[in-house]
Amino acid sequence: MRLINQQLSPPALLALKLAPFVLLVIAYLAGSAARLADNPADKLLPALSSMATAIDLMAFTPDRRTGDYLLWTDTWASLKRLGAGLGISTAMALVVGVAIGIFPVIRALLGPFVGFVAMVPPLALLPVLFIMLGLGEISKIALIVIGVAPLMIRDMAQRVLDLPREQIVKAETLSANSWLVVWRVVLPQVLPRLIISLRLQLGAAFLFLIAAEAISSDSGLGYRIFLVRRYLSMDIIFPYVAWITFLAAMADYGLDRLRRWLFPWSDMEGGR
Amino acid sequence: MTALSIKHLWKEYGDQIVLENISLEIAPRSFVALVGASGCGKTTLLRMLLGQEQPTRGQILIDGEPLPPEPGPDRGVVYQRYSVFPHLTVLGNVMLGPEMAGSRFWGRLTGTRKRDLQDRARAMIADVGLAGAEGKYPAQLSGGMQQRLALAQALMMQPRVLLLDEPFGALDPGIRADIHALMQRLWHTLPMTVVMVTHDLREAFTLGTRIIALERTRTRPEEIARYGAQIGKDIAIWPPRVAGGGTIYDNPALRDDPALEDLIAGRPDMLERL
Repeated sequence: MRLINQQLSPPALLALKLAPFVLLVIAYLAGSAARLADNPADKLLPALSSMATAIDLMAFTPDRRTGDYLLWTDTWASLKRLGAGLGISTAMALVVGVAIGIFPVIRALLGPFVGFVAMVPPLALLPVLFIMLGLGEISKIALIVIGVAPLMIRDMAQRVLDLPREQIVKAETLSANSWLVVWRVVLPQVLPRLIISLRLQLGAAFLFLIAAEAISSDSGLGYRIFLVRRYLSMDIIFPYVAWITFLAAMADYGLDRLRRWLFPWSDMEGGR
Repeated sequence: MTALSIKHLWKEYGDQIVLENISLEIAPRSFVALVGASGCGKTTLLRMLLGQEQPTRGQILIDGEPLPPEPGPDRGVVYQRYSVFPHLTVLGNVMLGPEMAGSRFWGRLTGTRKRDLQDRARAMIADVGLAGAEGKYPAQLSGGMQQRLALAQALMMQPRVLLLDEPFGALDPGIRADIHALMQRLWHTLPMTVVMVTHDLREAFTLGTRIIALERTRTRPEEIARYGAQIGKDIAIWPPRVAGGGTIYDNPALRDDPALEDLIAGRPDMLERL
C-alpha cells in the first residue's frame, strides 16, 4: 500500500502523536543526567527536581520582598498587555480591514499604506516607542499593535475581497444598502476568519511582548526570564518557557473552539 | 408587467469589443432564453441588465425608464454558484431580503413583523419544495436544493424582472427536470419577466417563450477583438407560451403577452382556433 494511503489504528495514532513529546523529555533527561554526572553544580540542564523546587518557589511561595506569588503576578501582568494589544489589533482589523475590503475609496486611501506599514520591522521601532511613549504599559501594548495589526488588517481586507462578487450583488438585489451589505453579509462571513487570523498572530504577539518586557519592565513573564538569565537560572527559565507555551497553546485551542461554537457553518464544505 | 428595452447597446473592455449594437425589445411577462457559444457575451448582457456592469454605449430601459446604474430589488438574480449565503440557514436566507428592506439599519425585524415574515418565508420555502429544511445551512443542501433556495430567496422580493445566469447548469438531468417544472410554475404564477442565460438549448426551448442567440459573425483571429457578438437568431417559440397558461391552445383567455399579437399576425390561420 502506498504511504499516502496508510490507515492508522487509534492506539498507533495516539502513540505517534505522543512520541515527539516523550522523545523530547527523554533527550532532556539524558542530557541533564550526563551533565550533572560530570559536574553536580551544572546549571545549563537542571534536573527535574531542581525545576520542581524552582516552580514551588515562583508559583506557590510568596516573594520575600513583595509578598506576591511571582509566577501569577508575572502572568497577570503579561496577559493584560497581550490582551490589550491583541484586542486593539483585532478591533482595528475588523473595522479597517473590512472597510478596505468593501469600500473602493477606503481601499484606495489605506490599502497601499497599510501594506507599506506592515513591512516596517516592529522591533526596530521599539527604541522609538520607548522614547516617545515612555517605559510604561503603553509602549509595550503599542509594540504588539504595530507588530500584529497591519498583518491582521491585510488578512481581513483580502478575505473580504475574496468573497464572491455574486454574493454582494445578490445582497444588493435583496435591497441591501452599503451598510447592510457590511452588517448582514460581509461581517458575519469574515468573523470566523478574524478568529483564525488572531490565532495565527498569537505567536508573534508573544514575541513582541517578551521583547518589550525584556528591555524595560518590572513584572511580566519576559521580564522574569531576562532577569534570572543573569544568574543562569535555567531551572526557572525552562518552566517559564513551558508555561508561556502552554498559555499560547490554550489560547489557540480555545479560540478555535470559540469559532466552531459561534459559527457552526464555517467548517462545512462550501463555508468560508 | 415589465418590459425591457435594449437600444443600440455596445460593450467594450479596452480594445476588445464584446457586444456590438444589440437592440432588443422584451415584452412583459416573457421568458427570454439567451444562448450562444462560450465567451459570446451573454453573461455580460445579463450583468448589464442587472446593473452590475455599465454599457459602453447605448441604453437599457425598464418600463421606459433608464435602468439604474447599480443592482436593486426590482431585479432579482440567481447565479449558478454563490447565490445563497453560507452563514445563514435556509430560513435566514429566505428572510434576508424583506428583513433588510424593512429595517434599514439593523437588517432585522422584531415582534409581529418578524412572525409575519417567518410565516411568509416558510410558505415560500414549502412552495419551492424545501419544507423541513428551514434550519439547515446551504452547505448541508444538495446542488438542486441550493438553487431552489436561491429562487425562493430572490422571489421573496417580488422582483419585476428575474435574471438567471446558467442557474441549472450544474445539476443532474433528473434534478434539472424537476427544477424546470418548478421554474415554469413560478413563471406562470408570479408577475415577472424572466431573462435566462443558458448554454443548454434543450433547456432554452423547454422554458423560454423566445430564444435569443448571440453570435460572432466574424471569427478570423485578427477580427475577433474588433467585432463583437450580435443577435444571430431571434426565435419565438411556436405555439406561443403564455404566462399563466400552458400555450395559447391550453388557455387563450390568459394570454397577456402583446408579442402574441404580432406572432399571430404572421399566422392568420391561428386566429380561427383562438
